[in-house]
Amino acid sequence: MAEEVNIICTFCGSVCDDVQFDLEKFKGKKFCKLGSSKFSKKERIKAPMIDGKEVSYEEAIEKAAEILVNAKRPLLYGWASTVNEAIRLGVLLTEKVRGVYDQCASVCHAPGTLALIEEGVPGGSLGEIKNRADMVVFWGSNPMEAHPRHPVRYSVRAKGLLIKDRKDRKVVVVDVRKTKSANMADLFIQIKPGYDYPVLSALRAIIKGEEDAVPEEVGGVKKEQLKELAEMMKSAKYGAVLYGLGVTQSRGRDRNVENAIKLIQLLNRYTRWIIWPMRGHYNVVGAGEVPAWEAGYTYAIDFSRGYPRFSPGEFSANEILQRGDCDAALIIASDPAAHFPKVSVKHLKKIPVIQIDPFPNMTTLLSDVVIPSAVAGLEAEGTAYRMDGIPFRVKKIVDTEYWSDEKILELMLEKVNELQR
Amino acid sequence: MLHIKNGIVIDPKNGIDAEKMDIFVKNGKIVEESEVKGDVKVIDASNKLVVAGGFDMHAHIAGSKINVGREMRPEEMRTVRLVAGKFRASIGRVLLTSPAIGYEYAKMGYTSAFEAAQPPVGALHTHEELDAIPMIDKAALPVFGNWHFVLKYVAEKNWEKLRTFIAWAIERTKGFGVKVVNPGGVEAWMYGGNCKSLDDEVPGFGVTPREIITALIQETENLNLSHSVHLHCNNLGTPGNYETTIESMKLASKFSNDRRQVLHVTHVQFNAYSGSSWRDVGSGAAEIAKYVNSVDNITIDMGQPIFGHATAMTGDAPFQFTLHKLTGARWSNKDSEIEGGAGIVPIGYLPKNPIHALQWAIGLELGLLVDSDKVVLSTDYPNGGPFTEYPYIMAMLMSRKMREKELERVSPYVQKATGLAAIDREKTLFEVIQMTRSLPARVMGLDSKGHLGFGADADIAIYNFDPLTVDVTNDFETVYKVFKTSAYTIKGGEIIAMNGELVKEVWGRTFWVDATSKVEMEAIESDLDEMFSKYYSLERQNYGVEESWIKKPERLVMG
Amino acid sequence: MIEVEIISGRTLDQGATVEEKLTDEYFKAVNYCELSEEDFNALNLSEGDRVRVKTDFGEVVVYAVKNKDLKKGMAFIPMGPYANMVIDPNTDGTGMPQFKGIKGVVEKTEDKVLTVKELIEVI
Repeated sequence: MAEEVNIICTFCGSVCDDVQFDLEKFKGKKFCKLGSSKFSKKERIKAPMIDGKEVSYEEAIEKAAEILVNAKRPLLYGWASTVNEAIRLGVLLTEKVRGVYDQCASVCHAPGTLALIEEGVPGGSLGEIKNRADMVVFWGSNPMEAHPRHPVRYSVRAKGLLIKDRKDRKVVVVDVRKTKSANMADLFIQIKPGYDYPVLSALRAIIKGEEDAVPEEVGGVKKEQLKELAEMMKSAKYGAVLYGLGVTQSRGRDRNVENAIKLIQLLNRYTRWIIWPMRGHYNVVGAGEVPAWEAGYTYAIDFSRGYPRFSPGEFSANEILQRGDCDAALIIASDPAAHFPKVSVKHLKKIPVIQIDPFPNMTTLLSDVVIPSAVAGLEAEGTAYRMDGIPFRVKKIVDTEYWSDEKILELMLEKVNELQR
Repeated sequence: MLHIKNGIVIDPKNGIDAEKMDIFVKNGKIVEESEVKGDVKVIDASNKLVVAGGFDMHAHIAGSKINVGREMRPEEMRTVRLVAGKFRASIGRVLLTSPAIGYEYAKMGYTSAFEAAQPPVGALHTHEELDAIPMIDKAALPVFGNWHFVLKYVAEKNWEKLRTFIAWAIERTKGFGVKVVNPGGVEAWMYGGNCKSLDDEVPGFGVTPREIITALIQETENLNLSHSVHLHCNNLGTPGNYETTIESMKLASKFSNDRRQVLHVTHVQFNAYSGSSWRDVGSGAAEIAKYVNSVDNITIDMGQPIFGHATAMTGDAPFQFTLHKLTGARWSNKDSEIEGGAGIVPIGYLPKNPIHALQWAIGLELGLLVDSDKVVLSTDYPNGGPFTEYPYIMAMLMSRKMREKELERVSPYVQKATGLAAIDREKTLFEVIQMTRSLPARVMGLDSKGHLGFGADADIAIYNFDPLTVDVTNDFETVYKVFKTSAYTIKGGEIIAMNGELVKEVWGRTFWVDATSKVEMEAIESDLDEMFSKYYSLERQNYGVEESWIKKPERLVMG
Repeated sequence: MIEVEIISGRTLDQGATVEEKLTDEYFKAVNYCELSEEDFNALNLSEGDRVRVKTDFGEVVVYAVKNKDLKKGMAFIPMGPYANMVIDPNTDGTGMPQFKGIKGVVEKTEDKVLTVKELIEVI
């Protein structure tokens, strides 16, 4: 019997919830390339392993608990591609073993959190962009490759309350290179790498009426073009800046975002504007929200004193690893061996590593304990937050022998409690 | 089973005012003596005050607002209250983590707290955070006043559909009642505007706040929900706004309900200013009190500012932007689908600042001048400051001497701009117990809360304080200290805290209201489909919260 | 040898293979460096040739790819283990390494491109 069910996609931060999935053909309608690869059959970690030898879940979890309890300061990292229920247990576990909790935002949008701390963030949900935004600026973000359905569902071609047609909306792309997204823009502005901050400052000056202070060219952009952009922004009725890693991972990092937020604060004195990060993993928002309510902070949280402390310069995964400041690691729903700089991976190779993940990846190659898990949104349910913070309950649509992250962590926490008793 | 022996009981709902009596507990309920046999734990409450557990009916304790507050203000999280051990690590200055919220309420003798503004599309997030708060019972009020369905049905004057929608929305959000925040004004904010008067037209809908409030009261009453409309008035934080507040209250005049008020106006302090600018701003508390006391269908809560740190977080997005412009402080904003919005701005209340002192004085005026069966004690946590300072408010209301002492340290502006210094009135202990227990429970329509009669939930607070001997007007320092930490806090019949120390971690229930049997959903089916497909960014089928996703749900069916 | 500014970032193919890191598809999705037409020609490269990318922080051999949309002096490597051999690991107190905008040099090489597994060995 062919059965079609609604699923909620658990790949990127767009969390598209309009996909109909055919269980028999194992294929979804409306998927983008990323979604259909996520929901396709691929190689899995076959069984729990200790030092490459297959063991039972119980044995692997017990060994993992031992490693965590015996470590002076374990790093528990990842979390962006699992559900809140698992993340919550992860925070509790980190508190128990007095380790360090950090998550993928640390190498993605955490500079935006630092900017939030400085300025706050004037934002809105994706539905508001769809309904009202007559101008959208993608700044250092490339939705055509990173969030392929975002433009259709929410931001470029989406229609809503006040926006009835693509022509009702001006789309601008600001980037250091001509990306695929630049092709869909009404205006593409190419800036020199590392010059986001001064370009934003120039826009602020022009909008404030202090354009005399702006030189003829800023960051590779002609003043005339900046004036044109400033005028467009000021005359929009409801605008949205959607920024990406081009802003957070380049020179300036958090200060770039901070400056962009100041621009939005200013624009709201004339009209309505919002700013929002194009968050990557489907639940990287949850990986920050859950520890915020459980422990006060979103990332780079150290529990070694028995209470949470936040300091990205000390407790972010890369700082910890580069300083050799952790003596064990639990890596879940993430692959730092592939995504961290070489020097960070070097330390990871030296210490005992526990991995929880559905799929083999580069971190698997250096892990001592490997625990395969069910894929959330397909084989396990739970709560995930879309990039704009809207919560979804992602679904379990097929049965599996694999344990969910939640079940694995529940038992691990229990084992840790036993060992600490 | 518990036997609380020889305590001095104050139980306003049951008319008990400082009588020596015993209380018996079985299966989480208060029972008659005859039901308690065998293995009974006896608590000696001799010379101690025994009251129902405190009930905070309006606080922002869960959901995206307080969490953005935490994220935006790490400086708020650096106060360490408890190192992890038998209990969770607990941190926070005024903004607290979820475990800290439960722990601090419990230590103070409070056993229930309701989240006062749940963004409907974010309902699941609110419930996740409520589920992370240990020790207390809780619930959440979804926000209605700018939701396009509401604006549309009010414009169409289609009351059946409005009523049906309310029932649908409360069920979907697993919410408790109808919260209204700056009706129409937040929709206007999407165009950079606001609705400051009751007759300002809401852009795109041709309706006014007056019509929205009236219609929501009407249909909440037709559904006869547990709780009335819960209103955060238009024009908040503006000199002269007390008139808007009274005008809003008058919209309730044609409605009545035997059980409870038909309109609860919240954190009234922020809506009780006279004057025409910040230069001549004064108190409108006396006028508001006069009106509230003259009718029997309205209740309010104070929204008392506490000197020190606070964080403004409301669904009143345009006000939050005004506050940001006024103070230059950080500003977070969230426009939310077609439902409204919210904003967050750090603030602080300084005794020597004339405006802050004025706000402080107005809160107290309201607490003193409004009858004790109509005003609930609140700080609108964390807008007015910490809930942990409720004992300060209690002590202040009971002691003119304490107020005189406090007045000495605040800006002299309050002397000319408010009537606080001239108020002789001192609320009795009975009255402050009423304002923190039985009244909030009645306002929320929860018969099993806020009292110690048979059948009530065994949520009990015992304080090291003999009301028969302590002089509350002169010993205000003792009163303050004693109410900060209970001798015993009992939740559902279990001792959870003693003398300011946690004893046991328990998990309270989440109440939600189901009025779906009172309507025919068919009335709005096609509207729901249409609005979701056109204006939401998610599917209707993925909207809302199922009961099974909540840790300990308690459904209240509206009959 | 030419001087470049290196940007790493997501691509559709990288994203689509990110949960299959030990496959040939992923290898192909992340093991190259895009150069402008001008730089590509200046190094006398043709499709399938390899280049060595060097920065103050490391070096890596990847395939060279011509991208006519890139400006001269810019090099793009998909985010992943190859890019991470050469990006700037310093976080400047933010916790965030600098994954974009790193000065480096590119030269033609006959050396082979290491597989993902070999790469982790040499770290």
